Amino acid sequence: MNIITTGVAGTMESSDIIVTIEPKANDGIELSLESDVMQQFGKQIEKVIRETLDELGVKAAKVTAVDKGALDCTVAARTLAAAYRAAESTDYVFKEVKAK
Amino acid sequence: MDVKKIPHINEVSAFHGEYDPKDCEPKSTVRFDERQKNSKKVLPSIEEAIKRSGLKDGMTISFHHHFRNGDYVVNMVIDEIAKMGIKNLTLAASSLTDCHWPLIEHIKNGVITHIETSGLRGKLAEEISRGLMDFPIIFRSHGGRAAAIETGELHIDVAFLGAPSCDPYGNANGYNRDDENSSCCGSLGYAKLDAQHADTCIIITDHLVNFPNAPFGIAESRVDWVVVVDNIGDPKGIMSGATRYTKNPKELLIAKTAAEVIEASGYFEDNFSMQMGSGGASLATARFLRDKMIAKDIKCRFALGGITGQIVQMHEEGLVKKILDVQSFDLIAANSLKNNRFHQQIDASYYASYVNKGAAVNQLDFVILSALEIDVDFNVNVMTGSDGVIRGAVGGHPDTAAGASLTVVTAPLLRGRIPTVCERVNTICTPGSTIDVLVTDQGVAVNPNRPELKEKLIAAGLPVTTIEKLKERAEKVVGKPEPIQYTDRIVGVLMYRNNTVIDVIRQIKED
Repeated sequence: MNIITTGVAGTMESSDIIVTIEPKANDGIELSLESDVMQQFGKQIEKVIRETLDELGVKAAKVTAVDKGALDCTVAARTLAAAYRAAESTDYVFKEVKAK
Repeated sequence: MDVKKIPHINEVSAFHGEYDPKDCEPKSTVRFDERQKNSKKVLPSIEEAIKRSGLKDGMTISFHHHFRNGDYVVNMVIDEIAKMGIKNLTLAASSLTDCHWPLIEHIKNGVITHIETSGLRGKLAEEISRGLMDFPIIFRSHGGRAAAIETGELHIDVAFLGAPSCDPYGNANGYNRDDENSSCCGSLGYAKLDAQHADTCIIITDHLVNFPNAPFGIAESRVDWVVVVDNIGDPKGIMSGATRYTKNPKELLIAKTAAEVIEASGYFEDNFSMQMGSGGASLATARFLRDKMIAKDIKCRFALGGITGQIVQMHEEGLVKKILDVQSFDLIAANSLKNNRFHQQIDASYYASYVNKGAAVNQLDFVILSALEIDVDFNVNVMTGSDGVIRGAVGGHPDTAAGASLTVVTAPLLRGRIPTVCERVNTICTPGSTIDVLVTDQGVAVNPNRPELKEKLIAAGLPVTTIEKLKERAEKVVGKPEPIQYTDRIVGVLMYRNNTVIDVIRQIKED
């Protein structure tokens, strides 16, 4: 999946996360994460975002995520939606989002 | 005659020689109404009162927290003390909150070098969690503080006590009987004790009324000076009109379950006694209990503690016979203290001390408490947040938990992504051995040391599980949180109600 524009999904409500995905020239995922539960779940949120993008085959992207205590399934769902929007793709694969 | 020759006179105590009229103050013949206008106790400024109190470097000053987040007194007095150049003071407040952030400057300047309190919130608490003070904060429960003061172990040199009304002789009250008073706080329970034991007691009021300001919370016999200022606090921060009744379905479910637990526990019988916290679920429990009391035709003998409009309503309906009030949580409670004869103001020692000759917490059937965290051994944290930063107050939590026959903790299983039930709480405030039941929105857990209670709740069809299962359930939803990172440095010490160290708070580690 190629990131060609800026895609955003999510809200700033509590228990949600807002994920912004932008194009990036060279390969690699550049992730900046802010979270209300950084100490307890920061690593886990980062893992979910990276794995979700990996499954989609996103090789290059700049990701900005602001988390308000979202569960893993929400983190994955918002990342998926933001990636599809940033890739201007509508080839959605509807399935249950599993906890990582 | 020589009075010294009276048989046994030297064995008589309080014998000061022979009467001489010159030893006695001349009596005043001015009409009393004139006299009280010139009471020598009323001083023109806080600065003058501080001077007269003899406050010096290294002494201990105290304040009460009945004005909650609307308090002006602490900041006003300590600003004045700082201007006068007095340093190295111990601040022994009954509690501190968000509005006391200006203390940060006075700590940095060395005016305040040690703090004792029940709680700490906001910017000041954050700075302290980041290592602002060299001397760790000593946190005591309301009962532990009362005990420390009445044994003289915590000696108060000067108490600065804000009062919504006071007469020229120092009779002070948390409301005003003569006319409308915007800065009403109800009970002066925590201030009463400080007035009783401080070497010097200064009342700071914005409402000077005629003598006698009766019935009073603090008596003139304990008061040295009275200072009148424009405002002692912001009425909006001191208390709300009525404590909010929750509409949150999760809190309502917890409250309904808690009421059912109490009903099935065996303690919900005629003439029972209770204390409720002011949290959403705890308040709502009162309403569910009210319906059950009417259905069962039973009455509550007394309600203790922080008092809310919910309890007052039940009192005025005849469901709660008497109220023992150490702290009024809303205007309805404050007005009830003023108007209802069997709404009794009590001091912190009477409320919760473990060393006096009797404290009301020991006469409780049940208490409903809250928790930020509770662990698999039922230990409760009400002090540090999920990020390890101080943001709470011990209050009467450990005192009532130890005193009541049935201690119920109500809490949601999850707050956002943070589980309430965990392996080990960040900070132990109340030991698990004094907690009997945990009620969450996803099940009830009974302390294994109360098997008979567990039987009763199961027989009543309540959703009883184990605390380990609740913890697993929480982790299944949110995952397993990584522990908070702390440095080795101790920034706070938790004293249990018998003033033994039950836990410490360390400085948070930051990247």
